[in-house]
Amino acid sequence: MATDATNTGVTGTTRVKRGMADMLKGGVIMDVVNVEQAKIAEDAGAIAVMALERVPADIRAQGGVARMSDPTMIDEIINAVSIPVMAKARIGHFVEAQVIQSLGVDYIDESEVLTPADYINHIDKWAFTVPFVCGATNLGEALRRINEGAAMIRSKGEAGTGDVSNATGHIRTIKGEIRRLSSMSKDELYVAAKELQAPYELVCEVAETGALPVVLFTAGGIATPADAAMMMQLGADGVFVGSGIFKSGDPVKRANAIVQATLHFDNPDEIAKASRGLGEAMVGINVADIPVPHRLAERGW
Amino acid sequence: MSPVIGVLAIQGDVREHARCLEQLDVDVRLVKTAEQLKGIAGLVIPGGESTTMSILAVKNNLFGPLRELRTQIPMYGSCAGLIMLADSITDGRPDQETIGGLNITAKRNAFGRQVDSFEIDLNIAAIGDPVYHAVFIRAPLVEAASPAVEVLAAIPADKSLTGTDQVVAVRQNNLMATSFHPEITADLRIHKYFVDMVRSA
Repeated sequence: MATDATNTGVTGTTRVKRGMADMLKGGVIMDVVNVEQAKIAEDAGAIAVMALERVPADIRAQGGVARMSDPTMIDEIINAVSIPVMAKARIGHFVEAQVIQSLGVDYIDESEVLTPADYINHIDKWAFTVPFVCGATNLGEALRRINEGAAMIRSKGEAGTGDVSNATGHIRTIKGEIRRLSSMSKDELYVAAKELQAPYELVCEVAETGALPVVLFTAGGIATPADAAMMMQLGADGVFVGSGIFKSGDPVKRANAIVQATLHFDNPDEIAKASRGLGEAMVGINVADIPVPHRLAERGW
Repeated sequence: MSPVIGVLAIQGDVREHARCLEQLDVDVRLVKTAEQLKGIAGLVIPGGESTTMSILAVKNNLFGPLRELRTQIPMYGSCAGLIMLADSITDGRPDQETIGGLNITAKRNAFGRQVDSFEIDLNIAAIGDPVYHAVFIRAPLVEAASPAVEVLAAIPADKSLTGTDQVVAVRQNNLMATSFHPEITADLRIHKYFVDMVRSA
């Protein structure tokens, strides 16, 4: 896990991986597909950008196999902004992850938005120096990803829809399951671990601290300042906004507004101010109208 | 009476700083607005993204009150907070504003990208023995400092990439800053040093 660096310090430790996510807290991470969008995101106060070839709404509309982005495109975005740059690898595709790490990306998202490369195993994330963020719909899934080395979790929501209902459901589920563990007596945690299908040690840690051992962001369907603020009020440490910004009528305004609402998430006056005159939100699609096999949140296990 | 120490809560690892301070018997207030700056005896500027903090401080009209306050109360910045307290920065955004006050030039991401983030043991005379375990995450470096600035810690030449001492913790009167993140370790000595500054101010 830890590797010797050119520096005489030690790199790739759990602490620097999880610590990196701590520094992102309270922030908005935006999906961008080119340099122009990356700059808009940085100017708006995004805490990081996710470099990808197509935003989830387009992946959904165009279909086909979605893969890692072209390294040249990722390089261009790394060179264009000074904030951290993230990029997506397919679930289980450890070579895509190796390639992305070699580009100098700051965080890898092992993402259900791309087509999975392995329907059984996720990537062994301990083997990497770069940290990983992974999606989860419930606590068991989150703890399985952490057990594999994820240094940050994002609730999945349903990407590319502009429908926030699944994001709400997933963060409520994760938070609710954490509260439930905290209320259990010690001798009940063995069965809780079995039911969650998660390692007993991690279950005990969550029960004791009342929190995940890593930062928890939320993602999937966030399209408005009020959506972002609601996720923060529900206990998220920050938000990912994918298609919601650059599929809207006025991305610059909306990017700024979502950042501002995330900062002032507990102040309705500020959220109201941020919500004014943003033009059209992304048109969106109701999750209920998407046939189950096409729901991205179902990917990953 | 316990002093009230603010933690600038625009973005970053606010909670970790608050947790450290609470263990040192001070009252902690999270600060997002100019109004909330009133009455605090010290201010911590947390780790995070300095560009984001700067942009949001501009938008929320915080630089004016923060610059006024920096001459009045002790402030401590870790990582992004060090950049916020630096008079000048290199490798920042061209329009990046800071609170300033420390006569230093801070170089952003001086050690490289996230894969280069590291942990290392340092000797810090100001907090005494034992050695201090410092955590650097996309960290800045004090590239230059005026004689008025006291160097609290440096990565010694024989351990640094550059072959020269790399300054990573400084103090100038009521302002102090570290490139590293004491808030994500269990060692409270850096926070205690700052709380002592606040109490004796």
